[in-house]
Amino acid sequence: MKIAAILATPGEWLSTQHGHHPVVISSRVRLARNLAKLPFPGWAKKTERIRILDEIRPEVDGLDQMQGGFSEQLNELSALEKQVLVERHLISREHAAKGMGSAVVIDQAQRVSIMINEEDHLRMQSMSFGLNLQKTFESVDEVDTALEAHLDFAFDPTLGYLTACPTNVGTGMRASAMVHLPSLVLSDQINQVVNSINKIGLAVRGLYGEGTEAMGNLFQVSNQTTLGEKEGQIIERLNKVIETLIQRENQARENLLQTKSTMLADQVGRAYGILTHAHSVSSKEALNLLSVMRLGIDLGFFPEDALVVINSLLMETQPAHLQHLSQQKLSAEERDQLRAEIVRKKLKNFPKPHNTNKLSGGSAAESQ
Amino acid sequence: MICDVCKTNTATVYLTQIVDGNMKKINLCESCSKDKGVSDPTGFALADLLLGLGESQQVEQGPPTEHCPVCGFTQADFKKTGRLGCSECYHTFSEGLNSLIKAMHKGTKHSGKVPARLFRHLARSGQLGELRRNLEEAVSKEDYEQAADLRDKIRQLEEGLS
Repeated sequence: MKIAAILATPGEWLSTQHGHHPVVISSRVRLARNLAKLPFPGWAKKTERIRILDEIRPEVDGLDQMQGGFSEQLNELSALEKQVLVERHLISREHAAKGMGSAVVIDQAQRVSIMINEEDHLRMQSMSFGLNLQKTFESVDEVDTALEAHLDFAFDPTLGYLTACPTNVGTGMRASAMVHLPSLVLSDQINQVVNSINKIGLAVRGLYGEGTEAMGNLFQVSNQTTLGEKEGQIIERLNKVIETLIQRENQARENLLQTKSTMLADQVGRAYGILTHAHSVSSKEALNLLSVMRLGIDLGFFPEDALVVINSLLMETQPAHLQHLSQQKLSAEERDQLRAEIVRKKLKNFPKPHNTNKLSGGSAAESQ
Repeated sequence: MICDVCKTNTATVYLTQIVDGNMKKINLCESCSKDKGVSDPTGFALADLLLGLGESQQVEQGPPTEHCPVCGFTQADFKKTGRLGCSECYHTFSEGLNSLIKAMHKGTKHSGKVPARLFRHLARSGQLGELRRNLEEAVSKEDYEQAADLRDKIRQLEEGLS
């Protein structure tokens, strides 16, 4: 499988063929593993890293789950191709900076991705649409079980799986959900919600993980600690918090519909207006406006099947995807123009916002 | 109040956060707070910040010249990178690391998945302990028939373990 094939399909978690969840976009679980008594990638010399890669990669390539997938060393990929994989959440930003001695293996459905010699010798992740953490964990757990039969993983009976950073020791597991919280942002409740999540030992981060900005009202909620609880307990704890988040977001949506329906209609109308008529749109602006369009679909301003277009635009308007599509080096200005052109074209037959069915508060507000 | 990071300037930024019921406080001067990216006191970086602090405190306590016998890593390297050299470093630097790990995580003992190979190993050694206790009991009761039986079982298991 070539990188072009990855680009041609959206990745299962962004496709709408399995339905869609109004708040939770995707679930992701990653496991960190290392070979015993060999230097971690950050400390290993280049020759050692290559030797470790040579030991691990055939085992990963040979996995049933990875047959027909994509497997490449990082030094064989261009900076742009790596960036595309980052935008797809298939490799981390840290991994994109790696070259010789590191590799990535991705399954055909773009569900499982295995990074070799990232911060740890192995970072295996599984991704799926909606809130699905337990199933997602099981699929990456299966990969881990298959690999441990052939590889000697560093493990200590007290500390569990040993990782390069002590923050990952124990289960080596980071489970996260990407949540879309436009109404909590619009109603200024988001800081309060983020703070209360932090207080119970979970992390809230921006779209691309640690240290990134929250754009498009998208946030990643994940466990902060990895030692002292079973994988299932961590996932259960995370699930409970996310269920509460879904409730809070839905309440906020209901509230906006009832008390601020004009503001809501205005936001959706403006997003539609700009996206269908603008001639230059930055990636941040696109993401923020597409987020409002998504909210518009969830609240009945647009038909539900319109989501396919919005989801594909969410991916295609990212800088590296755009650059890759044009097949030539673009300046920031040219990118913004091309982005606007693509969005206009895709939304050409998109229905106008229509506030009827789910907008229960709308007519009441007008009659007052 | 003095800054917790540089320990020279006067602290002007005070952060408090409750993590799992434990209050964690940190005091920073203006330049260190900028350095650590604490522009928004309600932001998410406190845990990372605490981690960074833990490292520097721990380095001061531990002997800086100690090397990991497997990979040659030192505590000074840990201060620089925040990452360890190899899995063996966890044993080499266990003294300093344990308090750091305790502050970072919900517990100090792993209770999750165990590699299947090791799991069988641990299960067998657990079983072995029980059989040995039973054997002692049988001998003290002078039940030699059962003792012989247990002795054979123990031998079988021990062979499997080696």
